Formats: sequence, structure tokens, C-alpha cells
Amino acid sequence: MRVMVLVKATEDSEAGVMPTTELFEAMGRFNEELVKAGILLAGDGLKPSSQGKRVAFDGPGRTVIDGPFAETRELVAGFWLWEVKDMAEAVEWVKRCPNPMFGPSEIEIRPIYEMADFGDAVTPEIAERERQLRAKTSGQ
Amino acid sequence: MAGSETHQAIEAIFRIERARLIAGLARMVRDVGLAEELAQDAFVTALSEWSRTGVPANPGAWLTATAKRRAIDLLRRSRMLARKHAEIGRDLSEEDEAGIAAIEAAMDDDVGDELLGLIFIACHPVLSREARVALTLRLIGGLTTDEIARAYLTSEATVAQRIVRAKKTLGKAGLSFEVPRGEERRDRLVSVLEVIYLIFNEGYSATAGEDLIRPALCAEARRLGRILAGLAPDEPEVFGLLAIMEIQASRLAARVGPQGDAIPLTEQNRALWDRFLIRRGLAALERAESLGGAAGPYALQAALAACHARALRAEETDWPRLASLYDILRSVTPSPVVDLNRAVAHSMAFGPEAGLVLVDEIDPAALPHYAPLPAAKGDFLFRAGRLSEARNHFELAAELSRNAREKAFLLGRAAACSV
Repeated sequence: MRVMVLVKATEDSEAGVMPTTELFEAMGRFNEELVKAGILLAGDGLKPSSQGKRVAFDGPGRTVIDGPFAETRELVAGFWLWEVKDMAEAVEWVKRCPNPMFGPSEIEIRPIYEMADFGDAVTPEIAERERQLRAKTSGQ
Repeated sequence: MAGSETHQAIEAIFRIERARLIAGLARMVRDVGLAEELAQDAFVTALSEWSRTGVPANPGAWLTATAKRRAIDLLRRSRMLARKHAEIGRDLSEEDEAGIAAIEAAMDDDVGDELLGLIFIACHPVLSREARVALTLRLIGGLTTDEIARAYLTSEATVAQRIVRAKKTLGKAGLSFEVPRGEERRDRLVSVLEVIYLIFNEGYSATAGEDLIRPALCAEARRLGRILAGLAPDEPEVFGLLAIMEIQASRLAARVGPQGDAIPLTEQNRALWDRFLIRRGLAALERAESLGGAAGPYALQAALAACHARALRAEETDWPRLASLYDILRSVTPSPVVDLNRAVAHSMAFGPEAGLVLVDEIDPAALPHYAPLPAAKGDFLFRAGRLSEARNHFELAAELSRNAREKAFLLGRAAACSV
């Protein structure tokens, strides 16, 4: 299964405080472990939300909101995409990650939807409709 | 409740640590079977201890230390036995300690190297292909014999016996557990890549409705490929293989219709292709080429797959490039199937006559009872307007096909020749 691993923001990361050399090195070693275990698919760090934008939807209305955004602890500061056997394995790997921030911080793991998740409830017809829908939404 | 959570966590830890643990132990005791047993023992110990005390801060180090201690005990006991038998005096105890020190040093060596060594051992050419596949899935992939049996549609007893025999063969061969170097490394790597690609293809050929463990082989093979890429980052063919697997896996959702029928590449809904995997595949191919491996058999096949992957619509396929890639592949890995695909590519690039010339160069005896051969020729003849000849070939292909849907498709094409 694929999981999205989200590193949550802190006041420091939102202020654009750069990690120390030690943390960079520790993170580098951890990433190397992920590569050698064959689970790392992608990952990157995000700049503070002060450099981000939001588009708010309300019916036909679209409003652009400039960062920074207030709810710091709910923001994302970085992400990985992993391929693991199950959530327990993802949790174990996250536990091995060095604390990505200076103070207390949080990493969230979210499984990515796969067709198999819907199990027997999905008939071939539904699967086909889903396929066609995805085909349309992916702009073909 | 908490107990089952701990149990799950311990299992996940063991899955993460298992291959590395076995690899370190195998180099230490020079016996793959014993290494696996020692790792299993450490796991059982962990299960009972951690359920009481909680998981230690560094579970990997804990497992390694526990297994190592057990291995040293075992060695001491066998040395003691040997001493009693031989009735040699004190000298041996010094030798004993030296031996143990050497073992400890071996366990502290570069972990990545040990895992790579174990992969090379599991895929050693002294073993049969089936044995290499089973042992790789067992030792590196951590699949149970039951899972391997289900994946390969065979009995658990067969797989278990295959693995036992393989371990015995390895033991008798007295192999080095070091990562091979130079020319030997090149030859042995061929076997490793072959095993991984065999596992991938077994999974890829699985159809909907089959045991889920079969399609899971694709994911396992890709994981093995990524592990190998992490351990041997300078080997172009590793990245060539990785590129093929990523690009082929990108089509998993598009290659079968709602009724489970296979959809040919040119007719697949390309919107269903996983662009993320394609990007990863193209990046791996680029890496293979930048390492100077563009002419490697895996890199060439990846380049072929990439050609299709880059075309957002079938009409945009760069057939002249495919034709020239097949020209090269043919000289690197000559095979009548490559020749047939080459003929198809040339027919698409330069017209049906070009295809006919090339398909007639193939000795039909080299591809006996092979439906795609007359099917391709039928297609060239059809496009060249030679309808009655085309019909004969489609009918012959339908006769040879063992797949009911394909048979119906070919008979349909035969019928379309009588206008």
C-alpha cells in the first residue's frame, strides 16, 4: 500500500528557520535507510505557508487567500510517499525518523486510496465507471 | 488490546529487520538455513520479552545482539564438543575467543553490503531458477512458504522442499558470503536481475479474481528492485530493470477490461496509466543511460516501454524510434519473439510491406504453435489489402490460440476479411 507521510509544521518551520547541520545529516541517514529498504517513492520539504496561497471555493465563487495561514499545527511542512506492506510498518518507520523539528512535532500517516480498498462491493461495472471518471478527471 | 497492538508493531519491526538480520547472521555462521533459524529465535524471544517490557528504543540493535549472542553460544558449544572429541588442551580457548572476535567484527560490517551479499547468495547460479525465486522471496521478501506456494499456484510442501534443498545446495557449495567483485559480479548480477524480473512477470501475468498474493508479486519485485538500486547505485542494468518494472506497473489498471480480458497496449485507455510510476520509470531509465548502460538488455527494453509511456495517445507513438530500438535489441539479445515485435514496429513505422519482409525472415520453426506470429502477419496482409491471405493467417492464429477471448478476436478479424 502507498501512504502519504506528512510532517506537520511548527512555529519554527513557519518562520523559515533552517534545520541544523546535525539534523540535515540525521535526516539524510534516515532517507538512505528508506531507500535501502525499498520503500521511498518520493518526498520533499515545503516552504513556509507565508509563501503559499489558498483558493477558497463557494459555489461558483473563487477567492484567493495569501499566506501565512494561522493554524500552524495543521499545516504541512514536508511529505514523503512510501510503499509499505501495512500501516504498522509505516508507523515503525516513522518512529525511526529523527525529530524533524527543534521542539515537539508531529508526523501524520495517511493511506492512499486504492481500488482494492473497496473490496467486493465494487462490481466490474462500478470499477469501469470509476475508470472512466478518472479518465475524464485526468484531462484526457 | 494493547497486547495485539504491540504484537502488530513487533511483526512490523521484524519485517523491517528480518532480511538484514539474516544477512548479518549468514555472513557470521556461513549457513543461510541456520541464519534464518537464529533470526526466527530472536523474533520469538522478542515477542515474549517485548510483550512484557515494551519495545526497546532501538529494536533492530536488540534483535541483532540477541541473535548474535545465540550464534556465539552455538559456536562455543560446537567448539566445546569438538574439544572433547579431540581432547586438545587449553590452546583452543584462545582460538575460540579470536573466532568470536572475528564474528563480532563481521556483524558490525556495513549492513548494506551484507544484504547485497545475501541477495547474491539467494540468486546464486548453483541453484535452479525456481529455487532462486523461492529463496529470494523467502529470505529477502519475507514471504511465508504458504504465500509463495499460493503465488506460484503450487503446494506448500513443494515450496518448502524446494527451499530446504536450496539451502542444502548452498551449504555444500561452500560459497563466499561476500559481495562478488569484477567480472564475477557482472555475471552474478545477471542472475539477480533475472530472478527479480521473473517475480515481477509472474505477478504481472496474474488476472483479476486470482489470489491477491499473485499481483502482490509485482509490488514485491519492484521493492526488491528499489532495494537493489539503493545498494548498487552504480549498476546501470539495475536501473534499467527498475525502469521496465515501474513503467509496466503504470499500466496495471488499464491492461484488463471489466470482463478480465487483456487489452492490447495500443488500445488501452492511457488516462488510466499511473503517471507517477511512469515518471519514476523514466527517471530510472535516464539514470541507467547516464551510467553508460543505454545498450544493456534491460535498459533497451525499458526504452521500448518508455516510448509507449511517453505517447499520451496511441497515434502519437514514435514507431520509427521503436523500430530502431528493436534493431539494436535484436543484436544484443537475439530471439525470434524480438524479431516478431521488430517486424510489428517496422510495419507501424514504415508500412505493412516492411513488416511482411521482416516477418518472412523469421523461421516459423523457431516459433512453433505461436499464435502471435500468424496474427501479426495477418495484420500486415490485411493492411496491405491482401485480404484472402490475411483471412488464412487470422484463422490459423485463432486455431493456435489457447485463450478464448483472443480466439474470438482473431476469428472476428478473419471474418472482417470477407467483404
